[in-house]
Amino acid sequence: MKKLTAASLYAGKNRLMGYLARHKWGRKVVVGIPFVWLALFFFIPFVVVFKISLSESAIAIPPYTDLFSWDVEDAYATLKVNLGNFLFLLEDSYYLDAYLSSLKIAAISTVITLIIGFPMAYLIARSEPRRRMFLLAMVILPFWTSFLLRVYAWMALLKKNGPVNDVLMSIGLIDEPLRILNTDIAVYIGIVYTYLPFMILPLYAVLEKLDNSLLEAAEDLGCRPFQTFFLVTVPLAMPGIVAGCLLVFIPVVGEYVIPALLGGSDTLMIGRVLWDEFSKNRDWPMASAVATVMLVVLVVPIMLARNRMGNKEETY
Amino acid sequence: MQRRSYFLNTSALLGFIFLYLPMISLVIYSFNKSKLVTVWGGWSLQWYVELFNNDEIMSAAMLSLKIAFVAASLSVVLGVMAGFALTRMGRFRGKMVLSGWISAPLVMPDVITGLSLLLLFVTLENLFGWPSGRGAMTIIIAHTTFCMAYVAVIVQSRLTDMDESLEEAAMDLGAKPFTLFFLVTLPLIAPAIISGWLLAFTLSLDDLVIASFVAGPGNSTLPMIIFSKVRLGVTPEINALATLMILIVAIGVVAAMYQMRRREKQEIKPDA
Repeated sequence: MKKLTAASLYAGKNRLMGYLARHKWGRKVVVGIPFVWLALFFFIPFVVVFKISLSESAIAIPPYTDLFSWDVEDAYATLKVNLGNFLFLLEDSYYLDAYLSSLKIAAISTVITLIIGFPMAYLIARSEPRRRMFLLAMVILPFWTSFLLRVYAWMALLKKNGPVNDVLMSIGLIDEPLRILNTDIAVYIGIVYTYLPFMILPLYAVLEKLDNSLLEAAEDLGCRPFQTFFLVTVPLAMPGIVAGCLLVFIPVVGEYVIPALLGGSDTLMIGRVLWDEFSKNRDWPMASAVATVMLVVLVVPIMLARNRMGNKEETY
Repeated sequence: MQRRSYFLNTSALLGFIFLYLPMISLVIYSFNKSKLVTVWGGWSLQWYVELFNNDEIMSAAMLSLKIAFVAASLSVVLGVMAGFALTRMGRFRGKMVLSGWISAPLVMPDVITGLSLLLLFVTLENLFGWPSGRGAMTIIIAHTTFCMAYVAVIVQSRLTDMDESLEEAAMDLGAKPFTLFFLVTLPLIAPAIISGWLLAFTLSLDDLVIASFVAGPGNSTLPMIIFSKVRLGVTPEINALATLMILIVAIGVVAAMYQMRRREKQEIKPDA
């Protein structure tokens, strides 16, 4: 009986798809509209960025030179490609330092987020359904509140005479207020804080499906709790760990708001460099070159993240 | 076993305190009479009064709400189309490309999205004279592009989880694709559409970086005003604004959970 339903369901699925497949005109509209939108506003912009990264900065509106120029009378077309921006990126250690420091900050904060997020996700996944709903809502609530305002909240907390310093002094850990705001430590706190839900949610999704009998079996066979954890739980949770880490790591590399509000003037992150090139120096070609290289650096993790998401869709 | 759960509970509790401490501090300070954040001057509602009397913040909030409303609605239309195409239409040419393009904006750093869209708009304006200048419309286009990705992912997962038998039944009874979609599929994915719209609305309302790139002069959205004020230090009006926003979100999340629980109970009842 069961077999029959499964088979008929499968046939039904094909039938539904076949039925929809016959209506070619409707299909073209449904696929075409989002396709054209994304081509125009997601894909082509990258081509434009690459094109402008090859032009020269100029005092004009818009502030860059044209790549192509043609002389109508002589029918003479010229293509002027300027690799200067990319060469400058390599020459000036400022940019290389910014890339490396962004990758370092992103990597370290991803690990911290994982360490804090894992026990939380585990506890939520293992608790009884009613409590689970409540705890999940507790994780989702900050996710829905303004990111900017949550970063701003830390500015007040971490001030020299703010509550964090007060508490640390009153319990006698420090004698005089520490400078936390406008340092890298504040940046780490801000990043871990704002990206924590992005880590917890994918972890929760895998841990919720974790079969308890596997953990019991491991314990029956003499595994100590920490052995069970590292030999059974962690490998089974790997898809969630990878997804969570990518969801944190990739956007953090290009983060601008957190270093701008919580970091010091010496906190070097590439998102901030790009923003400054664009708005302070008004050097759009240089900003484009910085963006192009950032995209090249991130292409592998982005593809990985995409595949993760793709796989998830297929297995469910 | 006992000791492990003790360890787990403590670390999770610390995690939740970490998540909520800053938000609670914002709420408390919003009622502080003193302008100095570090000094407690007694309870007061004066920052709320000042917030509502601040024309700059209020007009920026109106602009942001308008943009978020239009962008969320547009991204629902586009996101539902994309989600439907990827789950209900079998194979078609460009499916891989579409699924790549639809999920990449989810992780793309904001600075890249913002810069690339700005340069696109400038190039288009030079070539075709459209869009003439930048403002609310360019922000709406930019927000729709990244919000539709979120809607598509939510709709897609709802459609994959959903039993197709209802759609088949309608088809067997002779429903045309158009009728089938609007009378059967759409009502079934309505919860996903609502949460997609709300998420898109919130994301648009919250976006600072992309809007700063693509907004023209004189079109400051609420996050842009907040950012310029906050950069100079802690501002009590912003605390009041934050408290109001936290309150609205909290009501929304509680209502959604309540609704979900009620629906679950209803679904369980017929079997019992």
